[in-house]
Amino acid sequence: MYLSTVKSGTATSAPPTDGRKGLRGRFAAVSANVFALGAVSLVTDVSSEMVTAVLPLYLVLGLQLSPLAYGAIDGVYTGATALLRLVGGYVADRMHRRKLVAGLGYGMSALAKLGLLAAGRSAGAIGLVIAADRAGKGLRTAPRDALITLSTPPHALGRAFGVHRTMDSIGAFLGPLVALGVLAAAAQSYDAVFVTSFCVAAIGVLLLALFVRDHRGTLPARPGATPVRLRDAATLLADAPVRRLVLAACLLGLATIGDGFLYLMLQRREEVSTVWFPLLAAGTSLGYLLVATPMGILADRIGRLPVLLGGYTALAVTYLLVFGPFGGWPLLVLTLGLYGVFYAATDGVLMALAGPVLPERLRTTGIALIQTGQALAYLVSSVLFGLAWTLWGAQAASRVAAAAVVVAIGVTVLLLRTRPTQPAVPTQPAEPTR
Amino acid sequence: MSAPTTDAPSTDVSAGSPPGRGRILIAVAASVALLLAAGAYIVLARRGDPAPVATAPVTLEPGPRLLFVSARHLAVSDRADPDGARSLAGLECVRTYAAAGTGVCIHPVNAWTYQLMVLDAKLGTTKEFTVPGLPNRARVSASGRMVAWTTFVGGDSYNSGGFSTRTGIYDTRSGTLVGSLEEFAVTLEGRPHRAQDVNFWGVTFAADDNRFYATMSSGGHRYLIQGDFAARTVRTLASNVECPSLSPDGTRIAFKQAIDDQPTNGWRLSRLDLDTMRVTNLAETRSVDDQAAWLDDRTVAYTLRAADGTPSIWTVAADGTGEPSLLVADAESPAAL
Repeated sequence: MYLSTVKSGTATSAPPTDGRKGLRGRFAAVSANVFALGAVSLVTDVSSEMVTAVLPLYLVLGLQLSPLAYGAIDGVYTGATALLRLVGGYVADRMHRRKLVAGLGYGMSALAKLGLLAAGRSAGAIGLVIAADRAGKGLRTAPRDALITLSTPPHALGRAFGVHRTMDSIGAFLGPLVALGVLAAAAQSYDAVFVTSFCVAAIGVLLLALFVRDHRGTLPARPGATPVRLRDAATLLADAPVRRLVLAACLLGLATIGDGFLYLMLQRREEVSTVWFPLLAAGTSLGYLLVATPMGILADRIGRLPVLLGGYTALAVTYLLVFGPFGGWPLLVLTLGLYGVFYAATDGVLMALAGPVLPERLRTTGIALIQTGQALAYLVSSVLFGLAWTLWGAQAASRVAAAAVVVAIGVTVLLLRTRPTQPAVPTQPAEPTR
Repeated sequence: MSAPTTDAPSTDVSAGSPPGRGRILIAVAASVALLLAAGAYIVLARRGDPAPVATAPVTLEPGPRLLFVSARHLAVSDRADPDGARSLAGLECVRTYAAAGTGVCIHPVNAWTYQLMVLDAKLGTTKEFTVPGLPNRARVSASGRMVAWTTFVGGDSYNSGGFSTRTGIYDTRSGTLVGSLEEFAVTLEGRPHRAQDVNFWGVTFAADDNRFYATMSSGGHRYLIQGDFAARTVRTLASNVECPSLSPDGTRIAFKQAIDDQPTNGWRLSRLDLDTMRVTNLAETRSVDDQAAWLDDRTVAYTLRAADGTPSIWTVAADGTGEPSLLVADAESPAAL
């Protein structure tokens, strides 16, 4: 794999290694901007996963909140992002300021870490702070992904997202470890975890401000260029390819039951001690970060749809394996590995698939729409799966879930199978020709 | 990738110039400064929280004394002057209880791992094992033979759903260890009941060291259950009774009652008379989220938390009269020795 940065004559920001002449003019597999965004995500994810890893401990043990209060806070956690994501995407497109909106999101989440200190032991205040943190995440995701698509030629999108998601999950993998280290070093002080998390998040914001370049749209200089209007955003869905993509994303979201359930089933099957629970997520992260880039490259080579569907096939197999023929360590390694492959083959690849389909001026809005649709579908599927689990037991429910994934794959094929449109989409000059 | 000049970001510090050594310097310097700040805070946090040192030998011998947790360490004070001089043990516990010279301590190994320690009267460890999850309740039967504990288990649901609980019982005489009451056969309102969502918490033992009471939840309802340890069965007795605590004479149960059957409304400390199944609210009107402990047949003690989280132990009369009074400040998890 050749990862490189390219230096252009105009404003460029890049990691320190950039700027050597030899790179000029060579094909850049992944742009400096994607690397910069990846670095921001890596650092930010270290920060946010630090907090995610200790928050339940902090709330229940440090603050002695009852599980019920914890559950209520948790609800806020998940519900807070959906609408804001759409609003953020639209504003970013309308103002041509994707970096600014992403920066606001990153900044908001960084400040929320300090907010946890300020909130003290008030459950209400903690709920608000967590909502702000999640809102920040909601705000930043779509503009960030839009910037990745706008910084990358359409044919290399899979690789760009692969590299970004790899860097992102390295951060997610390191976060809990850093938190553990800080707790050990600071005599179990949760405050120290929050302060450290804030400092790390601030570095992320700084990297964004210094090294990420905005794409202010293709026509910013033309006088009288029509600004993006709300009506334009609405017409996104009138476009058949976009509509089909959103539909497919929602459908696939509906067939995904959520990490918590999968880990819970594994725990029931294997009696994994709760102490080791965070390791289940870490195992998934490890699989994810190892194969995200190869999957992205593969997606560019053989097509994004086959890789995406391959990822969902891995998901169906994962669901079947949970109550499959073998148990013990092979079960854990195989299911978590496949689950990592599922994420690696779908998360970034879906964005790579979406990028070229969405008009550039509405790129952020479109990405936000897809991500929101998927997130809401995922919320519904979690409720449905919980119900199925209660009614039929975990084994039957997991098999129904696997069947649902297969159906979703089939319908997605029907929805997206249309001729291969990709490379030279004429309406898509995301990259200046050189 | 490169971009046309029209695409130049206004936010660039040095638009138009190559990478900008200045920007890299700023990034490195600021990152170092931020990490140093975090490091300094970590060092300060360590200094600011010195482990309490043992002030006097602590024993669990029966006597007119009170056992509790103070600054996360085992502590004992005189029953006649509980808020006076206290002896602090070196042993760190987040929950404790003791009776007849047997103690239980849920001891933090690290932020994720807790050890259940069964103690003798001199705080020697007679049995220890790792318990999953976050400590919540701990009890010892009046004879000192049976030990029970409850933890919140929820590593799976860091980001979704609520906690579930895990309640276990250990028989110090036979060595029988039941890791989870969910193994027991459940009779719910007279019918056999099997469900994935069954949770147990807050065990209290009867005098025969075999029967016990606890809370069971299933289908969104919370029940008082009576269990038979030897037969490995439990059956429901009443609903909306949480964290029961049996009186020394075995006739009444102090418990927390969800207001209007909704835990979100908080809990009212109450008493159930086992012969009539009548419920009486006690004089404490603040929400009590604790398993009460009987100091004698007339008084129950429980932990309350101030807005800033500082715990304190209060008492109230078991007959519903009088008013609550502060027993020990800066303390939690009470037990009469």
